[in-house]
Amino acid sequence: MIVADPKPLQEIMGMVSAFSKILIVGCKGCVTVCNVGGAKEVEVLRAALMLAGEKEGRPLTIDTVMLERQCDKEYVELLKDKLDGHDGVLSMACGVGPQFLSEAYPEQRFFPAVNTTFYGGAVSHGIWEERCAGCGTCIIHHFEGLCPIARCAKSILHGPCGGSSEGVCEVSKETVCIWDAIVKKKMAEGRLDDLLTIHDPRDWRTSRDGGPRRSIRETLAD
Amino acid sequence: MIQVPCTGRVDIIHLLNALEDGADGVYVAGCLEGECHFSTGNIKARKKVAYVKKVLEEIGMEPERVAMYNLSSAQGQRFAEIANEMVDQIKAIGPSPVKGARARQTSDAIN
Repeated sequence: MIVADPKPLQEIMGMVSAFSKILIVGCKGCVTVCNVGGAKEVEVLRAALMLAGEKEGRPLTIDTVMLERQCDKEYVELLKDKLDGHDGVLSMACGVGPQFLSEAYPEQRFFPAVNTTFYGGAVSHGIWEERCAGCGTCIIHHFEGLCPIARCAKSILHGPCGGSSEGVCEVSKETVCIWDAIVKKKMAEGRLDDLLTIHDPRDWRTSRDGGPRRSIRETLAD
Repeated sequence: MIQVPCTGRVDIIHLLNALEDGADGVYVAGCLEGECHFSTGNIKARKKVAYVKKVLEEIGMEPERVAMYNLSSAQGQRFAEIANEMVDQIKAIGPSPVKGARARQTSDAIN
């Protein structure tokens, strides 16, 4: 899923400081699963902004709405009747959400209420970790299902580097050296010789180096 | 006073709603840490109270307006002490700037 973190409240307050009627739009997709932009978080943000407004002697009107997803036009269209009269709209979806909303309603001002961070999953309750860099050419089958692009700080294809110590990356004690894990798994599976394979330099054009990307399903596209 | 089966049921929004409704302070009285019948309900409540304190700090309100206390159900006297302690603390801070009835918001959900 796409993982996001809450934006600091001060930053959000700064975005909407000139507004008195605000709409907060939550998303039932990834941000609900990673507890940052679902119905609960929408209510918490609403309450916090309401309190902040009252504190400053500037009572606000804050409405909330949940969309099934903010990354599909058919759901975004459902917002049409909800926008009227709102000075600003806070989207609690990933970075895709406020952009889809802006494109659908160009006359309205949208603001992101979360910081979108990575593609990952929950490793334990309340902790998410990055697993995929969305590089556009998946090669994890060469590395026992572990991704050196997303999970190695240097994204190297022939590791580990000298910064690996006792299975931990020099970048942070919290960061597993994925190359250490790859080597250990190869050894355990009796496939260590696989690592003698020299991989060609990556073609990063399928990643961000090729600019904004597009996916087309010929069978579906008009 | 709102009773819940376990303080683990208390959520961030419950505390914020109380403040929104004009409460000068709100505190959670949970079981002693390590003695939760549901294992970690009171620990979860403590984290939620800490979160609300952080929210209050960020918006410029006194974080002391929310608090977490731990005591056993056999400590009736302590329960009264806590209530008085909290009242004294809130009196020292003064009334909440959030006054008047909270204008009910028109929350809605599509689908």
